[in-house]
Parts: sequence; structure tokens; C-alpha cells
Amino acid sequence: MTALPLLDPARAAQLAAEFGLKPDEYERALGILGRTPTLTELGVFSVMWSEHCSYKSSRVWLRELPTKAPWVLVGPGENAGVIAIGEGLAAVFKMESHNHPSFIEPYNGAATGVGGILRDVFTMGARPIANLNALRFGDPALPRTRQILDGVVRGIGGYGNCVGVPTVGGEVNFHPAYNGNPLVNAMTVGILRADRIFTAAATGVGNPVVYVGSKTGRDGIHGATMSSTEFSADSEEKRPTVQIGDPFAEKLLIEACLELMATDAIVAIQDMGAAGLTSSSVEMAGKGGMGIELELDSVPQRETGMTAYEMMLSESQERMLMVLKPGREALAESIFRKWELDFAVIGRLTDTGRIVIRHKGVTEADILLAPLESEAPLYRRPTEETPKQPPLGEVADPVGLLPALEKLVASPDLCSRRWIWDQYDAQVGGQTSKRPGQADAAVVRVEESVDAGGRLAVALTTDTTPRYCQADPEEGGKQAVAEAWRNITATGALPRAITDNMNFGNPEKPRIMGQFAAAVRGMAAACIALDFPVVSGNVSLYNETEGRAILPTPAIGGVGVLEDVAKAVGLALPPSCDLVLVGETVGHLGQSLWLREIAGREEGPPPPVDLAAERRNGDFVRGEILSGRVRACHDCADGGLLVTVAEMAMASGVGATLDAQGDHRFWFGEDQARYVLAVENGSALLAAAEGAGVPARRLGRSCGGDLVVPGAGAISVAKLAAANEATLPALMQGV
Amino acid sequence: MKAAIVHFPGTNRERDMAIALRQASGQRPQMVWHRETELPLGLDLVVLPGGFSYGDYLRCGAMAAQSPVMGAVRDFAAKGGHVLGVCNGFQMLTEAGLLPGALLRNASLRFLAMDCTMKVERADTAYTRHFQPGQRFKATMAHGDGNYFADDATIERLEGENRVVFRYDDENLNGSRNAIAGICSENGRVLGLMPHPENCVDPIVGGEDGLPLFLSLAESFAEAG
Repeated sequence: MTALPLLDPARAAQLAAEFGLKPDEYERALGILGRTPTLTELGVFSVMWSEHCSYKSSRVWLRELPTKAPWVLVGPGENAGVIAIGEGLAAVFKMESHNHPSFIEPYNGAATGVGGILRDVFTMGARPIANLNALRFGDPALPRTRQILDGVVRGIGGYGNCVGVPTVGGEVNFHPAYNGNPLVNAMTVGILRADRIFTAAATGVGNPVVYVGSKTGRDGIHGATMSSTEFSADSEEKRPTVQIGDPFAEKLLIEACLELMATDAIVAIQDMGAAGLTSSSVEMAGKGGMGIELELDSVPQRETGMTAYEMMLSESQERMLMVLKPGREALAESIFRKWELDFAVIGRLTDTGRIVIRHKGVTEADILLAPLESEAPLYRRPTEETPKQPPLGEVADPVGLLPALEKLVASPDLCSRRWIWDQYDAQVGGQTSKRPGQADAAVVRVEESVDAGGRLAVALTTDTTPRYCQADPEEGGKQAVAEAWRNITATGALPRAITDNMNFGNPEKPRIMGQFAAAVRGMAAACIALDFPVVSGNVSLYNETEGRAILPTPAIGGVGVLEDVAKAVGLALPPSCDLVLVGETVGHLGQSLWLREIAGREEGPPPPVDLAAERRNGDFVRGEILSGRVRACHDCADGGLLVTVAEMAMASGVGATLDAQGDHRFWFGEDQARYVLAVENGSALLAAAEGAGVPARRLGRSCGGDLVVPGAGAISVAKLAAANEATLPALMQGV
Repeated sequence: MKAAIVHFPGTNRERDMAIALRQASGQRPQMVWHRETELPLGLDLVVLPGGFSYGDYLRCGAMAAQSPVMGAVRDFAAKGGHVLGVCNGFQMLTEAGLLPGALLRNASLRFLAMDCTMKVERADTAYTRHFQPGQRFKATMAHGDGNYFADDATIERLEGENRVVFRYDDENLNGSRNAIAGICSENGRVLGLMPHPENCVDPIVGGEDGLPLFLSLAESFAEAG
């Protein structure tokens, strides 16, 4: 063996600590190596064993999630999950966080978040057809919150619009708990033929390892490590570790990869995401049970004088690593040259089971791969249950129904998100059937199906209610999954699978780890009850600033399938329809937005989720929609029943005269498993519901331009809409 | 109708355009790569589609205007060929000097992605014969730089020569002079517009308001043989 440039033992131990390795983790690395590491090796261990790459605190809990179903083609563990959607086609999807970078540099943090998740999806061989996001920001009254919101929205739009993938949906919440830790979770959905899925497992001794895409620079070094620690007051000094995105390069990379994937040249492919060349090479060789040798002199470099350590740790964007079949280099190179991208053979697969990295004639690293994964740290950290919230008791109505409604629809968590979506191209691709504001889930037609004379579409949504999760993580976890399922159902689509993005605080604190474990428990119960398995996901921990954690935020990205896109319904209320409520109303005000915005209290248990009722009510509603009898449908969520009806009315400008009697608990309680349907014949729907054993009741009839509530008077829909539309533009004026 | 769509690196609405052209004419347009120096023979129409050619780096459309294929597009236009530029394609046409003026940053300095209503000012071109003069129709806009600008003399000339083909009707969101959404060349054969009629050709997806533009082309060139 050539002499490795080993570090001095004392210096190595000190650097290991600086790179975030705990003392016992460093000891374990020494055991695997049987000697002191080189700088490059220490870098490899520290990023591969970072929370971000190793899931060391979360893995033991994530195993509880159901991941299988007959339609699941690829579950967690690959770049993204894959489900069969019919007609020989499959949907590929995943959601991933870019929280820490988005706080430090909102535009590039969010932009590269979109770029990263796009690569995870087209790496599998899919053309990306839709982007979604789930965003949480701090107190909207703070100027810093508005700057972050502005930068994040510009970044998501700047990247997504340029690559030509429509941004079709998302959600936004505000809460002071996110002041120092905004959450930016980006989701991409792609479509491929079910028999053309590409994976990362490398095979074939001697096969060339090829680098394609943009050049490697010094940006993002140790990004994965940064994402695995809490923030402190000096976090903004970490700006140099945020990567810069180039959506133009990504667009070229998408087209070049898809063109190459149409040939038979590729054995395995993996994008260079967190921990760049390190994780992509380790994962490709590791999954295939191979060894890998890299010659870093061949890596296309943007800067001069880069060291092996810097190249292995760089998180420069828009890069891919692939293993080709022997003799296919020229074909692949011609495609990448056509798209004006870098192409370089940087190594070979071996049968040694080791990763060997050479640079300028020196062996900079030589590590046995199997123990790097099998002996990676795995923690069952102590957990502490979140105490149950005491019952809320009676809460009087301080303002009356209509003043409360007007205030609620203008509140930051319920106001129109038009200011945001108006900056996202939702139509590029020409297949977006229901875009933001038109339905509970985005509906995107599948171009490949249309080409074959079909009408297949996917329904997409992102959901979670962090205030419920804070009050009761298990019930909140259930609710997040149930709401995604409900939003897909409300369009008429069949919910099929989810991706999860688990955003939590510091897992070394038992209360936080307890939140995580309980949320997973709740999610697992809902996934099982609703036949809605998890096929991919991402974990973001250490979302704390100066010891203050975010609300537990298990963001759920849901995907459903609609055989006939023409059957999808939206939420806009048509005139001359009966309004029918499906589902039972108890009047649960605990953790409701009414309680927070009108009574000024964030208290009580969140609404309980009855999964059997969710399933029964949702299956009934979907059946009614597919029968063609439903003109509009909207699920009851944040704000409760009256807000649901008001949102339907604001979407069309059509009013309604309600005849159901109820107080603030009835109209603003956030009971689950409920939908409001607009139908031409309410009696027939009520009879069908009774026959199916589903609770349903008439609410009123759509007509005119006012919303009339018994005992409370009338309010014009135009006035409500004006209040609903005014909030975000006013907030963002001058930012 | 024999149509070709020019594909630049960063173009992203070429498939949308192909779908719209095919829907109206029944014929699949050819794709032409930006490095080509000649166009296919016998074309009726060349389309410069939307997207972010060359990443919008330097200036939107500026590098595309210098690319190899644009020489052939210029020759095609000079010989009386029909050239349609949508969004980034409109920007290329102004950068290439095939249409006057320039597209500046939107007045709001934000990307605008929303429906707009346009008014048809001329229904006597190959692009607009299926519209009624004065007809209002909806199209999708998706651009950061759609604020049409030209000096007073140019604007006066465009208006005087009846070369404003489409005007924003309800709101002039990007700040264009005279609410100009689309203009044509002197001979009426080179048309540039910012919004995307190609995203409005299907009742299931975006509605059919943009379809008359493509039906106009199909009819114009069906007659031409």
C-alpha cells in the first residue's frame, strides 16, 4: 500500500470533534480503519455519520412506518419512492428539507432545495412533472420573517420556473416557534414507465464511474454537518457553506440524463446531493456490494488547487455520478457534450469492497465500505412523552360568528396564498388541471397517458398541522396523514402513498425525541388504516435556535391517482346547489384557529382522529365524486366548517344561504373526517349517506353573493374575499 | 401545416407548443436544435418557444439571438416566412431585431404567473383569423421580463401601422407601454407575444381560449397547401 498522508493522532481527534463526530463515534472509525485517518477519510466518516446522512437518531423509529403495498414498486432507501399508477406507468416522488440553508441564505437555500429534490426524482429515470412545497415561517410581524418568506418564494420560483417543472401546490404556516428556524420542504413528482426504473446499486467489476453535470467548486463543504447541529447567534457566519443553484444547468442535466436513460448505457446512477461525491460514491458501491476507485485529478473543477478533502466534501449543485456498461462511454459522452455539460470518467468499480481515493499520485483514502454502513452509529435516544393537554372546558364566543369569520379568513394561517402562487409557474408542461386555489389537491394529467389515448392524472398535496403535533404528537401525526388522504379524496382521486419530511428539534433532548417517536406512531396508525404507505422521506433534526425548538412538523406529501382526469372536482362553489356536510360534528375547539385568533389561546387537546370514520367518510365521498353527482368538494380543516364554506364561496364568488343551526363550536370546531359537498340534489346524497352508514346533514343552498348564517346575519362574499386577499400583499409590501 | 419548433438549451415550453400545434392541425411539428444552421425545407411556420434559453443569463433572449440557428430564422423571415415567438421567443425576436422594442423586468420586479385577459386588436393575420376583432380571451402568463418598452416614435409607428396584435385588457400587470402584449412585423408574419396561448387549448387543462390562434394557423396553412 502507498503511504497514506495520515493525520497526527492528537490533531485527528481534535478535527473529528470539529467535524461533529462524537468521541465514541471517532473511536469506532479508528476501529474500522485500524489506524489514524487521513484528512479525507475523517471527512468521509464525519459526513456519512452525520445525522443528515445516517439518520442515526431517527432510524429506529422510522422502521415502524408501513412501507409496502401491492402498488409500491420502490420503497424507502432509494433516491425516491415509486408507485404503480396504472397503464404501465409509475409515479416517483419524495420530499426533502432545506431548512438550515434557507435560514442562512433564503434565496439559494430554497432554490437548491428544489434542485436537490428534482435530482432525486429524475435520477430514478422519471421526467419531473410537478413540484410542491411545505413552508413554515416565524411571526409575520417580524421584518426578518418577511425577508425570509420573500427570499424563499423567489428561490423556489427562480429555480422551478426556469427548469420548467410546474409548482402546483404547497402549504404555508406562520408561528413564532419558527422565528429562527424556517422550514423549507420541497417535493417533486415524476413519471416513468414502471419497467424503466433506475437505481443506485452499482455492479460490474471494471465498469467506468462517470461524473456528469456542473463542475466542482468549494461551495457547500460540510453542508450536511451544518444541518446536523443547532443554530446559534453566529449561524449567519456559516453563509459560505450554502450552495448556489444554477437551474439552467439542472435543466440541461435533466434532458441529458433522460436522453441517456432512453439507451441501455446506464448500470446505476446517483445524484450528488448532501455530502456530494462522498455519499454518492459510497452509496453506489455499498448498495451493489462493490468496491470503488476514484481518480480525483479527473474531476471537472471550477477552482484551482482543490484538495481531495475539498472535492470529496463539496456540495456543488447539478452533478450526477453514474456507472456505465463497458464500451458505452462514447455514446454517453456525446449526449452530455450535446447538452454542453461536463463528462468525465473518474474511476472504476472494483471487487475489493473498499473505497480508494487517489489524487496527484497520492492515495488520500482507503476505507472498507461495509462497516462504514453496518457500523454506522444508531441511537435509541431517551424519549419523554408530551403530557396530555387538559380539556379545554367551555369557551364563550366573544365576538359573534361573522366578525370571527371575517377575522379568520384574513389571519396569516388562513389568508389567500395568491401572492405566493402568482410567482410560481403552475402551467408549464401543459398538463396542470387543478392548480393552487382550485381544489384541495393539485391535479396533474399524465402526458404519457394522453399520448396513448388515456386520461390518467395524479392528485398531489402537502399537509401537516404543527400546532396539533405540539399539543399531542401522536394525534397530530395521525391527523397529518389523514388530512393528506382527505385532500386527495376531495378531488375524487384514490390516495396511494406518501412521502414524509420529519422536521423536529434537537433529538438529544428526550422531549423532542419523544415527539418524534409519538408522531411516527400516529402516522403509522393512519398509514395502515388508510392504506397509504410511506415510500420515501427525509428527516431534519436540530431545528433549534439558542435552545428553542420548532413545533414538531412531520410534513406529509401525498400522491393519489385518478383514472379519468375529467372526473376531478374543485372547491369553487357553483350556484343553485345544495350544500351537504359529510362527517360528524362535535364542536372541538381545542387547538383550533378560532381559539387562537379569536380567543387568543393556544390550548386544549387537538381534535381526535377517528381513522375508521376517516376511511368510511372519505370512501363514500370519493364514490359520490366519481359517480359524477358532486359539483364541488372541500375538506373541513383549519378554521372549521364556516371557513370551509367561505373558502368555497370565495373561490367562485357565489354565496350561500345556510340553514343549519349552530354556535361557534359548530361553525369553527375543527372536528376531523369531514367534507362539504355541493350537489344538485341534496336529498339524494343524504339518502345515499344514510344507506352507507355515513353521517351527513344539509347545510344550506348556494345562491346570490352573500353568505347568510342563521342567527348571525349576512356578509358579502366579495367583502370576505377582499379581506382574504389583502393580508399577504399588505404584509409583503415594500419587502 | 408544416411547422418547426426551435429548441434552445433552457427552452421549456417546446412540448406545450407541440401539443397545441398538433391539436389544431393534426400534424406533429419538427424540432430543430439550436446548433442547426439551416431550417427544414418547405416550412410554413417557425416557432421560438417559451423557456429560459441559456438560463436567461446576460439578458433574456440575448444569447439565443446570437445562436447558429437564428441566422436561418432571419433568412426565413426575410423571405416572408411566418415566425411565432412566445414569451422567451418574443424576447429573442426583439433581441434579434426581427421585432422592435425590448422586454424589460416586470414593473413589480417579480415573476408573474397567472391568467391574464388579452384583447385581439387585429383579426386579419394568419395567427388571428379565428378570433373576432376586439375579442377578449384568457391566456396564461409566466414571465419575469414581459414589460414591453420602446421609444415614443416606435410606439407611435406600431400603433399607426396597426401592428399591436394583442393588448392586455383588464390589468396591465407587467407595466408594458400601451398595455402591449403582442406585436407583429410590418408584413404581419412575424408575431411575438408574452402570454402562453399554448397552455389554453384543452377544456381539462387551462381552458380553450388560446385555441383560435392555433386553428388560425392550421387554416391559413391548410389553404397554402
